[in-house]
Amino acid sequence: MKRDAQWQWNSLALSKTARLERAGMVVQGKLVAPEDMVRLLEAVLEPEDRVCIEGDNQKHADFLAECLAKVNPERIHDLHIVQSNIALPQHLDVFEKGIARKLDFSYSGPQGVRMANLVEQGKVKIGAIHTYLELYGRYFCDLTPRVSFIAAQSADRHGNLYTGPNTEDTPAIVEATAFKNGIVIAQVNEMVDTVPRVDVPADWVNFVVRSPRPHYIEPIFTRDPAAITEIQILMAMMVIKGIYAKYGVTRLNHGIGFDTAAIELLLPTYAESLGLRGKICNYMSVNPCPTLIPAIESGFIQSIHSAGSELGTENYVAARPDIFYTGPDGSLRSNRIFCQLAGHYSDLFIGSTLQVDLQGNSSTATKSRMTGFGGAPNFGCDSRARRHTSEAWLKAGREASQTGAMPRGRKLVVQIVETFGEKMQPTFVERLDAWDLMDRFGMELPPVMVYGDDVTHLVTEEGIANLLLCRSPQEREQAIRGVSGFTPVGLARDRQAVENLRDRGVIRRPEDLGINPLHATRDLLAARSIKDLVQWSNGLYDPPKRFRNW
Amino acid sequence: MEQLRFAYDGLKSSNVGAYAIAGVVASGDLEILVEREELGGRCEVDIRTSVQGFEKTWSAVTQSFVSTRALANTRITINDSGATPAVVNLRLAQAAQKLDEGDA
Repeated sequence: MKRDAQWQWNSLALSKTARLERAGMVVQGKLVAPEDMVRLLEAVLEPEDRVCIEGDNQKHADFLAECLAKVNPERIHDLHIVQSNIALPQHLDVFEKGIARKLDFSYSGPQGVRMANLVEQGKVKIGAIHTYLELYGRYFCDLTPRVSFIAAQSADRHGNLYTGPNTEDTPAIVEATAFKNGIVIAQVNEMVDTVPRVDVPADWVNFVVRSPRPHYIEPIFTRDPAAITEIQILMAMMVIKGIYAKYGVTRLNHGIGFDTAAIELLLPTYAESLGLRGKICNYMSVNPCPTLIPAIESGFIQSIHSAGSELGTENYVAARPDIFYTGPDGSLRSNRIFCQLAGHYSDLFIGSTLQVDLQGNSSTATKSRMTGFGGAPNFGCDSRARRHTSEAWLKAGREASQTGAMPRGRKLVVQIVETFGEKMQPTFVERLDAWDLMDRFGMELPPVMVYGDDVTHLVTEEGIANLLLCRSPQEREQAIRGVSGFTPVGLARDRQAVENLRDRGVIRRPEDLGINPLHATRDLLAARSIKDLVQWSNGLYDPPKRFRNW
Repeated sequence: MEQLRFAYDGLKSSNVGAYAIAGVVASGDLEILVEREELGGRCEVDIRTSVQGFEKTWSAVTQSFVSTRALANTRITINDSGATPAVVNLRLAQAAQKLDEGDA
């Protein structure tokens, strides 16, 4: 039955007009003084609004979040926050005060403990925890923001914004909000006559405030080479020889961590000695990690697309425009959506984890913290929609194939982790803590980061388990036990079954790969300190203060 | 601090090397001293560790290590500061190699 003639088809536009009218009593035009922001928010917001606060993996609209935490909860309450990263105290203050009630997000590592407590107290009602790309997708479906707070480097007086190297999630947020009659409020570090390049056009932006302090940026991807251990070097050697070289991996994503930093620093040395330059790691979807500098300078890497930037690398990146994605102004243009997209369809993901069970399910959930997933689920899964082929994808697909089934390729999904973690916690367990988290918070599913069905290889100090070659759940279990070292799970292995798997090449120990663990020394690292990285970059890399240890 | 002691019989013997040291007493690491000593054919392992409750793990690690090597009449002394089995095995292998090279 057709809706009657009085049905309102433009309610969102009418609402936006009304909100902007109320805003007009607080401020004239687009530019807002910092001291007026709280009153502006009280004018523009309504109870139960869906609000997106730009809390990216690195960049945060921290001033705007702070202002939101200062609004009168009697006027503005029960907001539904959609936000990719919950990282700062003010992100949870709004829940504590009743200004916000519901939350859909992706990652909350830095606030994991407080988040868990607030959820238990009923102050935060979680809609769902997502992986990044999934959350952005919902901005264009059932989680479209009504009002969004974003962070930019600079603005001109019209409201054109420059988001610079840390563009990150801004395009996803602005596109969804501006094109559904939402309101976009931006905090910027400075006002300029002309922005270096237009990352967000002025007509998509409703309000701009020059915040009292530059927006917060977390240096998440910097790993000090001095902290890389011999065990990580051993595992990195196995990955390079036993996986990258074996499958011919030219396109990949590295998850954050010291394990992957070790791989990056072995490219110019160990991988070079194996004749692999130009044959592996040509295209990467990853932030400009300082530990990539030696591999770039040695000619290993052809191109890198980044989700965000990394503090201190701005001048280095600008000096290497053939490698990185830069604008006509010369500075990096990052974009998390596209980086996640490119990485999803590439040949390999490798990352670390906290716990793995006997099916290969991998989780970073622990009983006392609610941290979410970040980008790992999207990188760390088979891309079943993929149709274009590559050597690595086809080779992995052949290993996984069952007789009679339609041939297809397979994305390499590698979990690299030592058998024991911090405080001698075993990595390999019979039952993931994720089940306890599910019970504690009444979730419908245990929070698994990478599903066992998607994992193709497990790499520990004991060797590599190739799960693609396992023909049954029992074989898979013994393959996992066979690289679980001296953990209770590893000690309970069926020794004969594990030997058989080793004979078949399902399990490969370092010596099976021609690697002597005693050769895994720090001498193999192309750079052994942050200072070495600065030297590799000819002084272009400018590490943040906390990493300047010389 | 926990003190553990294990003894192993039936190992092959060797004349090569007098003693060898590997590792350092730093957080997450351990120091190992391997010395040839007349012990009636036994291999004795003495461990001082700052992490309590892992006797079974130490037993499995040391058993696995000695089972393939000529360590009869050898004392292995370990000062551990929270090293994982991965690091322990690495240092044991380093010490064994130095012993084989007859460093001292």
